Amino acid sequence: MNIHEYQGKEILKKYGVRIQEGIVAETAEAAVEAAKKLNQQTGTEWYVVKAQIHAGGRGKGGGVKLAKNLDEVKDLAGKIIGMNLVTKQTGPEGKHVHKVLISQDVYYPGESKPKEYYMSILLDRNTSKNLIIASTEGGMEIEEVAEHTPEKIIKEWVDPRVGLQGFQARKIAFKLGVEGEAFKEMVNFIQALYKAYEETDSAMFEINPVLKTSDNKILAVDAKVNLDDNALYRHKDLAALRDLNEEDPLEVEASNSGLNYVKLDGNVGCMVNGAGLAMATMDIIKLSGGEPANFLDVGGGANAQTVEAGFRIILKDPNVKAILINIFGGIVRCDRVANGVVEAYKKIGDIKVPIIVRLQGTNAEEGAKIIEQSGLKVFSAILLKDAAAKVKEVLSK
Amino acid sequence: MSVLVNKQSKVIVQGFTGSEGTFHAGQMIEYGTNVVGGVTPGKGGTKHLDKPVFNTVEDAVKETGANVSIIFVPPAFAADAIMEAADAGIKVIICITEGIPVKDMIKAKEYIKGKNLTLIGPNCPGVMTPGEAKVGIMPAFIHKPGKIGIVSRSGTLTYEAVDQLSKVGLGQSTCIGIGGDPVIGTTTKEAVKLLMDDPHTEGIIMIGEIGGSMESEAAKWIKENGTKPVVGFIAGQTAPAGRRMGHAGAIVGGADDTAAAKMKIMKDCGLFVVESPADIGETMLKALQKSKATA
Repeated sequence: MNIHEYQGKEILKKYGVRIQEGIVAETAEAAVEAAKKLNQQTGTEWYVVKAQIHAGGRGKGGGVKLAKNLDEVKDLAGKIIGMNLVTKQTGPEGKHVHKVLISQDVYYPGESKPKEYYMSILLDRNTSKNLIIASTEGGMEIEEVAEHTPEKIIKEWVDPRVGLQGFQARKIAFKLGVEGEAFKEMVNFIQALYKAYEETDSAMFEINPVLKTSDNKILAVDAKVNLDDNALYRHKDLAALRDLNEEDPLEVEASNSGLNYVKLDGNVGCMVNGAGLAMATMDIIKLSGGEPANFLDVGGGANAQTVEAGFRIILKDPNVKAILINIFGGIVRCDRVANGVVEAYKKIGDIKVPIIVRLQGTNAEEGAKIIEQSGLKVFSAILLKDAAAKVKEVLSK
Repeated sequence: MSVLVNKQSKVIVQGFTGSEGTFHAGQMIEYGTNVVGGVTPGKGGTKHLDKPVFNTVEDAVKETGANVSIIFVPPAFAADAIMEAADAGIKVIICITEGIPVKDMIKAKEYIKGKNLTLIGPNCPGVMTPGEAKVGIMPAFIHKPGKIGIVSRSGTLTYEAVDQLSKVGLGQSTCIGIGGDPVIGTTTKEAVKLLMDDPHTEGIIMIGEIGGSMESEAAKWIKENGTKPVVGFIAGQTAPAGRRMGHAGAIVGGADDTAAAKMKIMKDCGLFVVESPADIGETMLKALQKSKATA
């Protein structure tokens, strides 16, 4: 689960990670109040107004602006709240901004020059260990650094038996080239960051940039935090950070019905049991000349209720021109699924788009018969090949 | 011949008396799997499905000589169950449970390191040796005994492949569902290696998905060490980057873990790569004919 920058920073602060301080606001007026309060707390006279959406690339998209006085805070917050922010990660449709984070200016002049670094923590799937990645190239996209200057990527794996050790944090700090007071700060920063990652059951932390200020403090200017969905049951406080505004309404509806749905841009909807087969079905749609409109896994127990919920969600997508239902009946019987399809179809009523139902596995023949005898405008198939051919036929009409 | 499980396997079920455990243990027994008992803490000394129930895996091993365990316990306790089985000396641990926190699995995987055992899963359909032992949740009737091995990260997609093989007359030696999570006990490469070393297996189907680099690693290993035809498929050619597709491990994170990148590496390494999942069975048939013609 993704959370906002301001939420991520609150978590970091709780674990002793120094952060760029800020206060979240939902209106321009609240933004001014936030700025005043921040001025009292930190003494900052300039403010950074940052759009809070679950996507990176906000700066380039115009969602991060510097305000040099309270009037500018009001003006910029007013413009950013409510805007449709388009970044590299949001896709062309962009994301609506509901909140801004009013943050202190941390790039103030002083005894040394401010310097940006990069740091992330994630699972390395090849070793099944957590991995800390750091780089002197802060503020850049790490994929580009890795491609063009791989020597600038620092990696440190954490032994699950003993956790992150002091020497590892020092190694990273030395390799980053920080010295004196900043070195001590960096070591503390890395240790506190790892502790936060471990104890919150996170799946990924990305702090870009990590900043060394002109007075040699190390702090997190941004915080991208991704929590392990499977572990949320033991972190009720973190589960409450979910922001439904950031999710597609259809995806929210699907998850409420216990369905695993991801909205895509294509014209053929699909409903499948099992994640692997669902992806494979999307691929079949593409090979048949269509584009998948969604990923939808109805899980192991496909029945009339789940099929109906799936139908309703797919049909709410106006781009859908056909629907392919692909169920491999193992434990679940195809005749039951077929009855579920017929029932759901009748309940929903006038479905305009053609439906192809491919049932294979236990009682496949009986399932096909039920579909064919239902008198509904539903095509039936047993082999995956035949289902693909039907999709092609329907789309070419 | 087969790998991992066969007629001689003595299987215990962890989470035996729960609803999942009860249903699937029943199916396994019906298939003829040698289920020797189960474990549910607190219910030791009772009987379930006519088999003895034990409080601990240690007790079960002592009393029955069990060497294979299948785990159905809920996600919050599953990593613990894996470690308990490992501690008791179980040789093949098959964990079906979906939704185990990553942190727990990192710990469990580290715990079993260096012990002489194989962990399959978690989040997998299990292992099937047709005609001998079903240790999993797959529908038995689609399988046929034979000479094709299957390695897959997915459940129903594996059934699809099995069904296609059976329909073109190719039976299966052993089907291994390795699981859809980011941290799993046995990787694609390790499972392929098991089948490559099995004298009875004549061809291998390798089914992967987006995310991670397991299939690429396996393909490189096959190029160097392969002695049998391998048909490969990667699900998720149309999946968008950065979105999790059902399985916790199915997410495109960079350029190397897309379906296209993996399929290219697999092709370059000499695998028979299918673009459509509908062609898996027929492609295996052709690949076998081709390899026999050149042999």
